Amino acid sequence: MRKVMIGNHALSYGAKISRAQVIPAYPITPQTEVVELLSEMCANGEMDAKFIKVESEHSAMTASIGASATGARVFTATSAQGLALMHEVLHWAVGARTPIVMGNINRAMAPPWTIWTEQTDSLAQRDTGWMQLYAQNSQEVLDSVIQAYKVAEAVQIPAMVILAAFVLSHTSEAVELPEQGKVDEFLPPYEPEYRIDPANPHAFGGLTGPDGYFELRYQIQKAIEDSLPKWDEVGREFGELFGRKYGLIETYKVEDAKNLIISSATLASTARTAVDALREKGEKVGLLRIRVFRPFPSAQIRSILSSVDRAVVVDRNISFGASGIFYQEVKAAVYNEKNPPPIFGVIAGIGGRDVTKKDIIDIYEDIMRMDEPKSDIIWKGVRL
Amino acid sequence: MKTEVVKKYLRLEKMPTVWCPGCGNGIILGSLLRAFELRGRSKDDIVLISGIGCSGRTPGYVDVHTLHTTHGRAIAFATGVKMMMPKMSVIVVMGDGDCTAIGGNHFIHAARRNLDITAIVYNNGIYGMTGGQVSPTTPYEAYATTAPYGQMEAPFDIVELALGAGASYVARSSVNDVPKLDEIIMKGIRNDGFSVIDVITPCPIVFGRYNNLTADPMKNLEWIRETTIPKSKAAKMSEEELRGKWITGIFRDREKPGLINLYLDLEERLSKPGSGEDKGEEA
Ligand SMILES: Cc1ncc(C[n+]2csc(CCOP(=O)(O)OP(=O)(O)O)c2C)c(N)n1
Repeated sequence: MRKVMIGNHALSYGAKISRAQVIPAYPITPQTEVVELLSEMCANGEMDAKFIKVESEHSAMTASIGASATGARVFTATSAQGLALMHEVLHWAVGARTPIVMGNINRAMAPPWTIWTEQTDSLAQRDTGWMQLYAQNSQEVLDSVIQAYKVAEAVQIPAMVILAAFVLSHTSEAVELPEQGKVDEFLPPYEPEYRIDPANPHAFGGLTGPDGYFELRYQIQKAIEDSLPKWDEVGREFGELFGRKYGLIETYKVEDAKNLIISSATLASTARTAVDALREKGEKVGLLRIRVFRPFPSAQIRSILSSVDRAVVVDRNISFGASGIFYQEVKAAVYNEKNPPPIFGVIAGIGGRDVTKKDIIDIYEDIMRMDEPKSDIIWKGVRL
Repeated sequence: MKTEVVKKYLRLEKMPTVWCPGCGNGIILGSLLRAFELRGRSKDDIVLISGIGCSGRTPGYVDVHTLHTTHGRAIAFATGVKMMMPKMSVIVVMGDGDCTAIGGNHFIHAARRNLDITAIVYNNGIYGMTGGQVSPTTPYEAYATTAPYGQMEAPFDIVELALGAGASYVARSSVNDVPKLDEIIMKGIRNDGFSVIDVITPCPIVFGRYNNLTADPMKNLEWIRETTIPKSKAAKMSEEELRGKWITGIFRDREKPGLINLYLDLEERLSKPGSGEDKGEEA
C-alpha cells in the first residue's frame, strides 16, 4: 500500500510496523509529529503499545532503557537540544546493551535559538556507541527503522535513524507501507538473552572495577564491528523481501568516476542531481553517500577511493577546532593506504542555509581548480 | 499614560510579537512592564530571563538586560546571575511545561532555598510553542495532541507546589484581572526571597481549539473567568464545586531571608575578627 506522508510520519509508521511496544517521548520541534501520531495510535488501539508522556528527554531515554530491560521493543524520537539532554543516558543505553531504536531529526544547536537543519547534534553523539544511520528520503526512513531493529537486536546495541529537519521531516512523499505479515517474518519478536525476569533474576548495572570494565568495553566495540556486515546483510535481505535494497553506503555513477563527491542524507540527494548535471558537461564524477555512519564503513570507502583521483566531502556539520566530521572520518579511513587521493573538506548549509544543486556544482568546479587541499575547511556560502 | 509606561520598556522595533491572536502572553507582558515602573527604580538593574516556549519569547521584546535560555533551565541560569549580581532584580518568566516538567527540579529547589528571584509562570495548561502537547498543568481529562482521548494524569497545582517547597511569596491571578495581576507581580518583585506568580492565561489556538472547541479570544477568556475563583469566594465553596478550578489570590507573603542574602551575611560574619574561622585556628 502506498501512502503520502511526511518524513516524521515515516518514522512513526516504521515504529508501528516494527511492533514497537513502548514509546516514551517528549516533544520538540521538528520531531513533534512523530510522537503525536504514535500517541494517537497507542491510544486508539491501532498499536499494541504503551505511550509514556515523560517530563524531559532525559526521562524519555531513561524510561526507554528501563522498558528495554524488561525485554520490550522500544522506540523514541527527539532532536537537537533534546538529544543533547539525553547524552548521559545515551552512554547508558549502550553500556546496558539495550537495542532501542530512536529517530533523531537533525536540527542545529542553540544558542542562538534556531530550529533549522544541521547534523552537529547527532554527530556530537558519535562516541556514545549508538549506531547511526542517515536517511535521504521518507521511504528510506521507514525501511530503516525496521532494519535498525533487526541489526540492533542482533548485536544488542541501540540505533538512531536520522533525518534532516523540515527538508525531510516536514515534506510529503509517497511511501510504500510494507505488508505487516512480511515485516513480522523479517523482524520476529525481540527475545533478549537477559531481561528483568522474575523467574530468572539478575542484577543490572552494578559497580565494576578495572578488572572487569575493560572487557565489557571491548565487547561493545566487537558488537558494533559485528554489525558492519549485518547492516549490508539485513539491507540485502530487505531488498529480496520488499524490493528495495540498502547497504552501509550507496554509490552513484562511481564505476568510471575519476572524481568523487561524498556526502550524506538529503545533501547527498541534491549531490546526485549535481552529478548528473556535471556528467552532461563531460565530467567523470560519481557520488558516494554514507548511509551508516556508526559503525563507520571504512573498508567500503577505502575500496571506492582507491580508484579515484580526488574526492570532496560536503559536510553540514562542524567539529569546532577541527573540521567537518564526515571529512575527518573519510580522511582517517584512507590515511594508511599507499596512494590515497587528495580529499577536500567543504562545510555548507550550517544552520539550515539552503544547499542547492548549483552550490554542489560550484563546490565541485572549485576543488577541480585547486592543486591540493590547503586547509581542512573550505567554507561554502558563509557571508563574511 | 499607561501606554507611555509600557513603551518605555519595550523594544518597539521587535513589534509585532510572535504570539497568536487572543494569546494572553501580551497581557502578562503589560502587567510585568507596569510592575517594573511601580517598582520605582532604574530599568538598568533588571535582568529578565526566560526558558523556551511561547512565554520564552518575552525577553526579546523588553528593553532591560535579557537572557533567552534553554528549556526548563531559566531558574538555574538566574541563580548564577543573581549570585554574582545580588543587587539586580532578577525575574524569570517560564511556561508551565518549562517550569514544572523539564525544569521542575530547579523550581522546587529554588523554592526550598528561597532563591531571591521572581518567577512568573505563563500557565496556559499546554505546550504552546511545540503545538499542543500535554503539560504537567493540563487539567484532568483535557485534550491535547499527546492526549487525544483526554489527559488521564493528575495535574500539578503550581501554588501548592511552591507553598510546599518553601517559597516566601506565592500568588495566582489570571489575565482577566489586570489590576490584580499588576499588583501581585509588583509585590512579588519587591519580596526578597523566591516569589512565585502563577498566571492563568489562554492559549486559544491550541488549548482553546482542543478544549473549548473555539479559538475565539473572548470565549477562551470567558472559560478562564469560569474556571478561576478568588480565594475569599473559594473559602465558601465545597471541594466538589472547586474541582477543576484555579483559586486566585496571594497565598503567602512572608518575610524570610533569601538564599543570596543569607550567603552574603555568612560571608560577612566569617570575615569579621573573632568569627568562626578564627576560633578554628585558635583551637
Ligand atoms: C531540551 C528541550 N526539549 C524540548 C524542547 C522543545 N520545546 C520548546 S518549547 C517547549 C514547551 C513549551 O511549553 P511551555 O513550557 O508550557 O511554554 P509555552 O510555549 O506554552 O509558553 C518544548 C517542549 C526544547 N527546546 N528543548
